[in-house]
This record gives sequence, C-alpha cells and structure tokens, in this order.
Amino acid sequence: MQEYIMLIIATALVNNVVLVKFLGLCPFMGVSNKIDSAIGMGFATTFVLTLSAVASWALSTFVLEPLNVGFLRILTFILVIAAVVQFTELFVKKFSPMLYQILGIFLPLITTNCAVLGVALLNTQESHTFMQSLIYGMASALGFTLVMVIFAGLRERLASADVPESFAGAPIGFVTAGVLALAFLGFAGLAG
Amino acid sequence: MVEAVLSLTVLGVILGVVLGLASRFFKVEGNPLIDEVEALLPGIQCAQCGYPGCRPYSEAIVNESEAVTLCPPGGISTAALLAKKMGVELNLSTMEEKEKTIAFVDESLCIGCTRCFQVCPTDSLLGAPQQVHTVIPEVCTSCEACIDLCPTGALRMVPIETTVRTWHWHKPESPGHQARTR
Amino acid sequence: MNVFGIRGGAKVSGRKESTAETPIEKMPMPRMLHVPLQQHIGVPAVPIVSVGSRVRKGQLIAASKGAVSAPVHAPTSGFVTRIGDYLAPHPSGLPVLTLSLEPDGRDEWAELPDTLQLETATPKEIADRVSQAGVVGMGGAAFPSAVKLSMGNQYELDSLILNGAECEPYLTCDDRLMRERAEETVVGTKFMMKALGVSKAFIAIEDNKAASFKSMQSACGEGSDIEVVYVPARYPMGSSKHLVQAITGRETPANGRTADLGVIVNNVATAFAVYEACCLGRPLISRIVTLSGEAVSRPANYETLIGTLAAELMKQSGGLTEEPQQLLMGGPMMGQPLQNLDVPIVKGTSGILALRRMEIPEQNVMPCIGCGSCVTVCPAGLMPMAMMNKIDHDDVDGADDIGLRDCISCGSCNYVCPSHIPLVQFFNYGKGKLKEQDKDKIRHDKIKVLTEARERRLEKQGVH
Repeated sequence: MQEYIMLIIATALVNNVVLVKFLGLCPFMGVSNKIDSAIGMGFATTFVLTLSAVASWALSTFVLEPLNVGFLRILTFILVIAAVVQFTELFVKKFSPMLYQILGIFLPLITTNCAVLGVALLNTQESHTFMQSLIYGMASALGFTLVMVIFAGLRERLASADVPESFAGAPIGFVTAGVLALAFLGFAGLAG
Repeated sequence: MVEAVLSLTVLGVILGVVLGLASRFFKVEGNPLIDEVEALLPGIQCAQCGYPGCRPYSEAIVNESEAVTLCPPGGISTAALLAKKMGVELNLSTMEEKEKTIAFVDESLCIGCTRCFQVCPTDSLLGAPQQVHTVIPEVCTSCEACIDLCPTGALRMVPIETTVRTWHWHKPESPGHQARTR
Repeated sequence: MNVFGIRGGAKVSGRKESTAETPIEKMPMPRMLHVPLQQHIGVPAVPIVSVGSRVRKGQLIAASKGAVSAPVHAPTSGFVTRIGDYLAPHPSGLPVLTLSLEPDGRDEWAELPDTLQLETATPKEIADRVSQAGVVGMGGAAFPSAVKLSMGNQYELDSLILNGAECEPYLTCDDRLMRERAEETVVGTKFMMKALGVSKAFIAIEDNKAASFKSMQSACGEGSDIEVVYVPARYPMGSSKHLVQAITGRETPANGRTADLGVIVNNVATAFAVYEACCLGRPLISRIVTLSGEAVSRPANYETLIGTLAAELMKQSGGLTEEPQQLLMGGPMMGQPLQNLDVPIVKGTSGILALRRMEIPEQNVMPCIGCGSCVTVCPAGLMPMAMMNKIDHDDVDGADDIGLRDCISCGSCNYVCPSHIPLVQFFNYGKGKLKEQDKDKIRHDKIKVLTEARERRLEKQGVH
C-alpha cells in the first residue's frame, strides 16, 4: 500500500509528465485557455491514458512476449491507443457536444500525445506488474490534469491582466509555463 | 513471422468490431449543438444576418464557423453568449453599441394602407384597413422589416429614451490606460 | 451581549464632530416644495390630484400602484402648481415625475386616521396603516416598509434588528434621532414587532455613540424584550446583512434575504415614522437630514419637509464657504454625486454633503499592483481586483461568475486601494450592464413566444 502511494506521488508530482518529463505539451498549451476545457481535456486524457496503459500492458504481457513478437510493440500500442481515442471521441460527441466543439482537433490528437504512448512504453520498460501499470497510468494522468487546470487558471487571469501587447497570448503563456516548471522542481527529492 | 501477422490481424479485427459496435451505440442524430445555438438567437427570422432565418444562421455558425456577430436584434449580449457557447474569441470590431430604437407610427401621416403590420414577426405593429396603425413599444424587436414598406414615411425608427429607471453608470477609464497616457 | 465580527470592512474616520452635538433644528417653511412621485423602490406612485387644486397637510396626492409601491402625501397645505418632469435627486441628472406644491402658510392638517392601540391592533392593521402612510426604508434604500412588515406571513421570523449603526462618515441624523426621540422610536419598534410577529428586538448602535446608547436604553426600560447592543464601529456595519452577522453570527446566503435567517432589519428613523403613522395617524412627510462637509458654513441636522430643495437647507446653514469639490446626497462612501443643489429632499435622503478638495481622497489613478488590500477589506468576500480586471476587458459575464452580483457597492475597496483605482465605479457599471442583459433576456424570451404565436395564427388562417 505504502509503495503504491509513493508511486502516485512520484508519478503525479515529482516526475510530472508535463513539467518534468516534457511529454504531452501539445494539449497543455493548446487547450489551457479556459478552465472548463482544461478539465474536459484532463478527463478525456485520464480515460485514454489509464485504459491504454492497462490494455498495452496486457497486450505486451500476454501476447507479444509469449509469441516473441516484441518488435510489434510500438505498432500495436499505437493501434490500441488510436482505438481508445476514437471510442472516447464518439462518447464525448454523444454526451457533450459543447465539449466536443471546444476541444476541436485536440481530442483526436490525444492519439499522438507523446504522454500516452510514453506511459504505455515506460510501463513495459520498467517491467511493472498489473497494479503498478494501472496506478502509473492513472497517476500520470492525474499529474497531467492537475497541471492543465493550474495552468488554465493562470491563463484566465493573464487574459484580463495588463500584459504588454507584444507578450499577449502565446509568449506570456510559455513564460508562465516555464515558471510553473520551476515551481514543480520543488518536488524533487520528495520521493527519494 | 506467422505469429506477427496473426497477432496483428486478430488485434485489428477485435478493435474493428469494438469500434463498429461503439459507433452504432453512440450514434448522434444531427448536431444537437445547432439546436442549442438556435435557442440563443432571438428567433424572429428577420434575415438581417444574411441567412434566410435563425436556423440556417445557427447551422452556419456550427458547421462553417460563421462569425457570431451578425445578429443586430440580438446585439452584443447575444454575440457574447454565442461566443461563449462556441468557445471562440469575441471580436466586436464589426458590431457597435447601436442606439436602441423601436418603430414608431406618426399618426398624422398614417393612411391605413395595411402594408406594414403584415410583416411584423411579433405582431407588435397593429392596424386594420383605413384605421391608423400603431406600435406596442414593449415588444417591438427593432428588426426594421416594416420601415421600407410605408408609402407616406409615417413609420420610422426612433431612439428609446433613457429614464431614471433604465439609466446606468458608464464605464470608467481603464487604470492602466490612465497611467500610460499621463 | 457578545457580538460577532464581520468579514473585512474598513476603519473610516467618523468626521461627525461638527453635527453630532447640536440638536435637530426645524427648517422654516420653504417657498416651493417639489415632491417626486418615485421616492421608493418599485412602481412610481400615480398622482390623484390635479394642477390648481388645494391640498391639506398629509393629504394623499399620489396613490401607490401594485404590491411594491408607496403612496405620496402633501408635506404642507397649499396649491398644486405643476405635475411634470423635474430634476431627480439622481446622479444621472435625468428628470422624474414631480408634483410642485406652493405652501399657503397655514400648514393645515387634513383629516387623519385614528390612533392604533398597540394592545388591540392586529398585524394586518399595523401593516395597512404603515402602507397608507407611505412609510419606506429611511436608511436610504427606500423599500416600502409595509411589504417588509408583512414578511411574517411568508417567512419564519424570530427577531427584529433596528439599525442605529450609522456607519457612514459625516451623517448624524440617526444619532440625534436616538438621543432626542428615543421614547417614540421604541414605541414604533413595538408596533413593528407586533406586525412581524416577533418577540425579540435588538437596537444596534455603533460603539462611538455612547449618548445614543444610554438614551435608547433608558427608553426601553429594564427587562424589556428590546435589547440595546453595541456593535463595533467598522464600515459597513450599517449594511443590514452585516448587522445580522454581527448580532446573530449567521451569514445571509448569496441571493438570499435576512428574512431567510428569520431576522428583519429596519432603520431607526423608519421605526419613528411607524410611530407617527400608528400613534398620531400622520403620513411620512418629513425627515431629519444632516447637512455637513467643510464647505458648509454651519453644518447641522434639520427636520425637513419632503420636497424641500437642498439649496434651501444650504441657505439655512449660512451657505457655502467656497466652491465645493463635490456635492453628495447621502454619505461619502455610498452617496450619490449631485450636479447642483436644486434637487428635492426625498424620503431616503439621510444627508447632503458639500466637500472641499482636502476631504476627498487622492484622484491620481495608477495601475493595479496586485497588492490584495481590496480582497482583505471586502465585506462580501469578493475579489475586487479580479472583477475590475475582467470588467476592464469587457468580460462582465466573467465578473458575474466570480460574484459581481453580491457586491453591495460599499466602497471599502476604493477606500483602501493604494493606486486610487475607482473600483466601485467599475462594479456599478458592471451591475448596470448585467441588469440590462437580464432585461434583454426577458425581452428575447417574450419575443420568441410572440413569434411562435404569430406563426400559429397564420397557420390557422391558412396564410403562408
């Protein structure tokens, strides 16, 4: 139990997927204009990340390894992730047309979100057990959502602040992201 | 090699079946977003936006990313709501805070020709043959569909007067702006 | 009695010394009275006398219209010279329907209704009498008091709080009322308690008014069910929701009323007006007004007839010593700016101020430095700097999301801002815009209904 809690803290905060590992920066910058869309994107990515992490782990453990076709790993992982994303897209379109409209192109782009593929591959690389890969997937997604929402909150405040014209929008956004990464460095050493 | 081809094929078939079932299960008829956008528009079908009605304009907003600032009766408040719904930036450069006007019939000039009230979408303009026509101000939408039909110029748009009950404070100068322009 | 604190609030200088120790003076009869027909929240009153007719003091000259409205009575006997638009006591400078009355000098009373006996009068009789007398909230809000007194029917009430806090600087009209007319105010309170159906009342007085406290306490007597309590002298203690919090410790929910907590708040001057209506049968035709500010030769409190022009009060005070930097109706924190003194005193006018430049805070506006003083001081728990930024960028809906509607426009944030940003002005603009948007939405919904009705009508007629 203790080990799992340490894993969650280490994955969500210390080795935060966005600000420390620099994976998944595309939706981080693209969908963080409003807190509502950031939360929506966070949930979608959590769903995809967790499901893909477990599915890829199962695929790797029960099919690829026994059949000795480890070289198919990247291809099959992407296939699984793409299918899960497509499923999520259908789901979002049905149950929240507004979120679907707001997320726009970034929803299908979860497929190529390097965080998703990265987590799936890292699971295999570090020889996690089932529970470990499940928790690793969820904790990474938790860290991703957390950072997205914090950043979205900052950007909403920036939108109504007195920013010099040349910095408004993307430039000040990137500078703020850098400062946020600096803040998250403070977690280093927390997990030993 | 056989294992590679076989495992990939089986995986592909399984995923294909799952997605096929999902697409049937999660099928969406039409686009409900268009209904939600239409509900935000005034619904008087005046065609001032350039589309033949409120529904075609809603479809254009959702499907073709048409600008949300084309509805004069809706005004800035409707444009703001549409921008929020669609998650786009509100660019008000093409819209001005138009002075609020309503239709008014000058009773000394009206000849009772009945041409105007037939096109009023809310029946706020009333009349009968050979009778002086009139406007109920509370429900006139300022869509201006009636103005050009009047042969004597009795019908015109007049500004709504501000009273003590409708007046409100004006926007103060921006503090950053005040400092920069000193 | 132990009182609770309120959230935030600013400590403002009282500046009440010039008028607090001098007794109330009676204004001499002015040459003309201009009585606005809308002096209250709700629907304007409808005139029932015609130009040229003679009216007597206290006679009904305009009837209330609808449930939330109040009638208007003649302040003295005389002739109606005009019913038309006149400058309203309002910052917009717009006119309002006003009845102009020329006093005939006889000050003759009309027939007044009988005295009500406290022991035998029913709550409905008391509320009706208060309604007929045109009594409205005299603290400035001018809400028709009869409607408030009938709230016992809709809400479960347990106490009445009388607002004697008078937290605004310069104003001392309530202070003098409590010192000079304590007995009558207590009788009025008892009538209000009966009308509301409550058994307990509190009279809240700020702790800088010791003389008023003693006066009201001796008027209540020992073992009374009316308790006089001190509340800390902190602005905006006089705000009814904050007064309830200070005395009961309970916070009124957003969009809610103090009645939701079982408490009704009324100003002490309103209680006096209720006494006059119930015991003397007199309608509300005069009030005490504080005339103050360093630009006034001789500041004082005046018993003034409704409809007297502020200029007359100024003349009585010896006129202005210099051109004032600002004229205000009310207090300096929440008062309405006036363009000139030719406006009539109305039921809700607690004071007229003529301030010199030195008395007004610095006007040099600088950019927001994000210090957060405004957030610390906001009694409603809002974030003035965030709301101001949003409104500045035309995002009034964003400001609404973070609570713009809960702003009571008290002005505490203005008072503490080190950059002298006029925060409250932004919020008044924002709230005005929201009100306009709400009206537009109602109108749009109505338009939809009418358009569909017309479609159905045309289908039935076979046209299309």
